Amino acid sequence: MTDHVSTSTNMATTAAAADVARASKVRGSARPMIDRYKWYEVAAIYAGIGVFLFFILAPFIEGFLVSLKPLSQLFSTPYSFIPRVWSFDSYVTMWTSVPLLGMHIFNSFFISTVVTIIAVVIVVPAAYAFARFRFAGSGLMLAGFLAVNMFSGAVLLIPLFRLMRTMGLLNTYWAMIVPGAAFLIPSSIWLLRTYMLRIPRELDEAAWVDGASRLYTLRRVILPLAMPGIVVVAIMTFIGAYAQQFIFALTFNSKSEFMPLPIGLFAFFGKQEVIWNELMAASFVGILPVMIVIVFLQRYLVAGLTAGAVKQ
Amino acid sequence: MTGTRSATIFALALLAPALIYILAIVAYPLVDTIILSFTNASLRQEYDFIGWANYQRIFSAGNFTEVILRTFIWTFFSVSIKMIIGMFGAVLLNAAIPGQTVFRILTMPPWIVPMAIGIFMWGWMYNGQFGMISGLLQNFGITNGPVAWLAYGNTAFWATIITDVWIGVPMVTIYFLAAMQSIPKDLHEAAWTDGAGRFYRFRRITLPLMVPAIITMSLLSLIATFNSFDIIWILTQGGPSGSTTTMIIDTYKTAMGSRKYGEGAARAVVISIFVTIFCIVYFRAVRKLQQGEAK
Repeated sequence: MTDHVSTSTNMATTAAAADVARASKVRGSARPMIDRYKWYEVAAIYAGIGVFLFFILAPFIEGFLVSLKPLSQLFSTPYSFIPRVWSFDSYVTMWTSVPLLGMHIFNSFFISTVVTIIAVVIVVPAAYAFARFRFAGSGLMLAGFLAVNMFSGAVLLIPLFRLMRTMGLLNTYWAMIVPGAAFLIPSSIWLLRTYMLRIPRELDEAAWVDGASRLYTLRRVILPLAMPGIVVVAIMTFIGAYAQQFIFALTFNSKSEFMPLPIGLFAFFGKQEVIWNELMAASFVGILPVMIVIVFLQRYLVAGLTAGAVKQ
Repeated sequence: MTGTRSATIFALALLAPALIYILAIVAYPLVDTIILSFTNASLRQEYDFIGWANYQRIFSAGNFTEVILRTFIWTFFSVSIKMIIGMFGAVLLNAAIPGQTVFRILTMPPWIVPMAIGIFMWGWMYNGQFGMISGLLQNFGITNGPVAWLAYGNTAFWATIITDVWIGVPMVTIYFLAAMQSIPKDLHEAAWTDGAGRFYRFRRITLPLMVPAIITMSLLSLIATFNSFDIIWILTQGGPSGSTTTMIIDTYKTAMGSRKYGEGAARAVVISIFVTIFCIVYFRAVRKLQQGEAK
């Protein structure tokens, strides 16, 4: 899949991520001389950021403004960026144009949540095994998991389709959940393993000396300490599952009531006469709940994205 | 406590769920793809082994090499532009100015929003009659009439690249930013004390120390971009007249459009061979970089 595939390969510490967080706090206090800019430098930086963020945000701004334009204005020339007439009609009419919109929003959320739960349950023990135990073939196995990351679901679509058909999963939620989780598990193992490597081995050994069983050590010593790492992994998995819902849902499910938001709207998009303002309105309403949550979790995102940066 | 027999058994038990899952959902399909590529499988239940016939057919059809070439050109431009814009963004977001945190958050939306939804928005922006890009260019008098970006091979090719860049840039930027911030501060301070200017420090300190991050990210991005499906499928479905048909799109059309599973599998195998080569390069590069660091 595209760049949403986690960078967790070539892992390292989350130290770099912590730096990002720390650096943003430093600002405001007296700035060291080296960080002082002349006025024209500041102007150039802001102008550069303005251009950069315009590229990033233009589709969203335009999409939002389109959702506020009546259709007649949308399909008229000359083009005007700012709506001449502001109208919230599309936010009302979209519910009749896409009758299952609420369902699609829920499906997206539901599928991602189940994928996350499955992934975390599978990933935590596996990451612990890779972080703590060396056995014949462990290095090779870890590399094998990483290689899975590099293959996209699109390449394996034919056999996956046959597999889903044989298992009778076509046109169910599972047709999207099962393959969805498979391609997120490897990078999550890698990410969590890195985190667990930073938990001192002495803790395991101390528990062992005190007579704790291995499983007890994992549950009572490692799990609580690894919790922040597990949270990051869960969030990364959720976003991966949420942002990438497309190809499996497109190919393995044809029942509208199970379609996640992107596919539900894609059916809408594929029509000859696209009702753009409603499509945009539905998109914004659809992603809003998750976006709000993600803004609050921003800190973990940076940690997850950059765990893998530079040093081992 | 490690290395003993019971430890190994315990470790394998912990790994079992992940192992079984990946074997069933990734490894088995991979093997199945290779097997299917030697058959004439289609929608019918039964099929026969036909040897190399699928491979002979796709390579003699002529346009397949063209598709491969196009995929590489598409990937090359997309990855290069991502790296350049990502570096540009990281440098700017690294500057110690008010608003830094907010700017960093604002970089993320293309990455966390469902990709398809971002692509819908691009689909509208590229609209010829009423879309934003064509509209603004006309308003500013840069083009005379409307330009339907997705209707011509050449512009559609670049339009899909730009959308792919847009989706990839947030990750590259944040990754480069983190790499930049892990460069020891004293290096910059020492150079600064000696009177080195910003550009000089960037060229002589920042850039060389970021080479590992740039190599790693380029290779990861290469693999992801090479496998890119959603963007092209939503915007152009490989058209107009095949001008945006990359290998993944081509395989999807053969397999899911025409239901030629056998031939589609053969095309998928060719993709897998390329991906495997990229993987090997990536693993080697990472190992080399880590050895370099250890010195």
